Amino acid sequence: MTRMTRRALGRLAAGATVLAAAPGLSFAQGSNPLRIGYSMSLSGGLAPNGRSSLLAHRIWQEDVNARGGILGRPVELVYYDDQSSPANVPGLYTKLLDVDRVDMVTSSYATVMIAPSMPVVMQRNMCYVTLLGAGVNEAFKYDRYFNMNVTGDDIRANYAKGFLDVAARLPTPPRSIAILAVDNEFAQKAAESARYLSKQRGLRIVYDRSYPPTTVDFTPTLRSIQSARPDLIFIGSYPPDSNGILRAASELRITAQMFGGGMIGPQIAAVQAQLGPILNNLVTWDIYSPEPTMDFPGIRAFQEKYRARAVQEQVDVLGNYLQPYAYAQMQVVEQALNRVGKLDQAALAKDMHASTFNTVVGDIRFGIHGEWAEPRNLLVQFQGIRDGDLEKYKKPGAKVILFPENLKSGELRIPYGVPA
Amino acid sequence: MDGDLVLLLNGIVSGLLLGGLYAAAAAGLAVSFGMLDIVNIAHPALMVAGGFLVVLIGTALGLDPLLAALLLAVPFYFLGVAIYTFYHHFFERRGDEALQGLAFFFGVMFIIEVGLVMGFGPEQRFLDPPYAFITWRIGEIDIPLRMLAPALLAMAAIGALWLFLRRSFTGLAISAVAQDAEALRLMAVDPVRIKRLAFGLSVGLAAIAGGALVVVQPVEPSSGQVFIGRVFAVCIMGGMGSLPGCILAAFLFGVVENVTASFYGPSWSPAVAFGWLLLVLAVRPQGLFGKLA
Repeated sequence: MTRMTRRALGRLAAGATVLAAAPGLSFAQGSNPLRIGYSMSLSGGLAPNGRSSLLAHRIWQEDVNARGGILGRPVELVYYDDQSSPANVPGLYTKLLDVDRVDMVTSSYATVMIAPSMPVVMQRNMCYVTLLGAGVNEAFKYDRYFNMNVTGDDIRANYAKGFLDVAARLPTPPRSIAILAVDNEFAQKAAESARYLSKQRGLRIVYDRSYPPTTVDFTPTLRSIQSARPDLIFIGSYPPDSNGILRAASELRITAQMFGGGMIGPQIAAVQAQLGPILNNLVTWDIYSPEPTMDFPGIRAFQEKYRARAVQEQVDVLGNYLQPYAYAQMQVVEQALNRVGKLDQAALAKDMHASTFNTVVGDIRFGIHGEWAEPRNLLVQFQGIRDGDLEKYKKPGAKVILFPENLKSGELRIPYGVPA
Repeated sequence: MDGDLVLLLNGIVSGLLLGGLYAAAAAGLAVSFGMLDIVNIAHPALMVAGGFLVVLIGTALGLDPLLAALLLAVPFYFLGVAIYTFYHHFFERRGDEALQGLAFFFGVMFIIEVGLVMGFGPEQRFLDPPYAFITWRIGEIDIPLRMLAPALLAMAAIGALWLFLRRSFTGLAISAVAQDAEALRLMAVDPVRIKRLAFGLSVGLAAIAGGALVVVQPVEPSSGQVFIGRVFAVCIMGGMGSLPGCILAAFLFGVVENVTASFYGPSWSPAVAFGWLLLVLAVRPQGLFGKLA
């Protein structure tokens, strides 16, 4: 038997490293493909959203190539795993633009991954269509930045507006609010919005704290909130914290007129399956719900394709959250390129500022700083949830839209904390 | 009862229950890091891998996650034996265990995380037994079984290991190998075999901790990163190789975290808990139950 030497082990490790660093290439038929490059979180904490976004991108790629590609060229996606680590992002975009020489760049999911890519993208004057960033361009003011997110330019004035507008119509007007948010940029912006709008409306803030992302047990925090007896409880959380918070709320039998606000997690199929009736009457921020008011052209066809492959690809089985937005992100690139007819980044940016985009998440226009010109933060409520079966989330009625008025599909049920 | 007193009592009780989970996570490390001087930074990742397999086995066979974890501890013991054999052959035997050994376990950690993503996908996995939705209420004190059952299993497993280490010849040999491996060799006991066995036990404990974790919260491939700092802190505060010290430190850590969260907000919890670690080490550098060399 051959003994494995350290040198051989080193070679093996080097080989493995090369394989791990190899880009994900999604080859299209034909030559001279149009190459779209980006980093994507395929491992690490952001991988659930990263991998499902990638599936949406691949479905778009197949659709567009079936239509003959863009500018007569087949589309190729070039992506690298950023491992959910912001430190990896600048190097990956440098490689995409300087070594791979991709024709267009788009982004991975989330503010923390978009922000570190901005200086590299800006230095090369590239148009940049990003996915679910939150206020990234507030600091950069880059005129070729376009963000696929519903939050709009002014997160502080818009994010918690739905929660507080709906609360204002409660039979007993609320007088106090508790705010809890995880220590990350998006949740802190959400909390700042709740704080700002609560003060504007004269609500007394009886609890206002942050928690570190490493928190394991939320029982003492929720008990402190309970002891402050707020009418409204606004939470800005991320998965898996959202699970812990809702489990603790259920164990402590917390009730409030409205509970939720800005929780990220209840939009995800695995969380919905686990928490089942604990979600009942929860009101939270969202970006999509399969309600009749959001039946945009193409969304059903996309979701059918997505759901047919989601189980095998081991990603979110419903595709009711950012997945349609990932598909729409690429539709924006496609429509701008088709209109402009060339890879002129300045002309593409001008077109993106001036045009309306018809996407699976509706018609979109971008504002001066590249955010949606018309914010569309949804406030949804889980209603009539009796178990963790996911079929109900494919149809209207389980997650009704309370805000905005033009998309409203149901009435608020109160309080939170009572069985279905 | 006064509101602050209720908060305090509940903070202490929930902290003890949380400490049970920390003890489960740290006990295996107390064996590998504390007794064998192997900086197994992959221990939390092994715990999470155990959690994923508990979900897999429990779902397939319809077993309670804690029972599935006990069954899984056996193959995990052999996994630990295999990992130690590899580690010993390529690093420890050559005297490269310090920096290269640490790099090896970093590698194991990343391989486990990526392997879990590749094998199970990045989504959260869960397996909730029916009792996980029950909360006992004793006066003003809430005791969720989601936290109590894993804490009890952890205490039972650590108690059994403690008895084994104190009462059996092999157990005494494990304690001895931590102090003087050469002396053990003079008594015709192979220290490598003893270390292999002890490391197997530590990884077996990671499987049990994984089952406990699944009952407390859903698991995802990167869940272990939350625990790395805490389990090493608990192990050091307890006195490295001391299992009673590990339990006491875990309880202390849990109570300090939760009482702080109750009164001053959760942002302060880690700072105060790790502050306690520094305080304990300032007064007792050998840890709560450790002995000075």
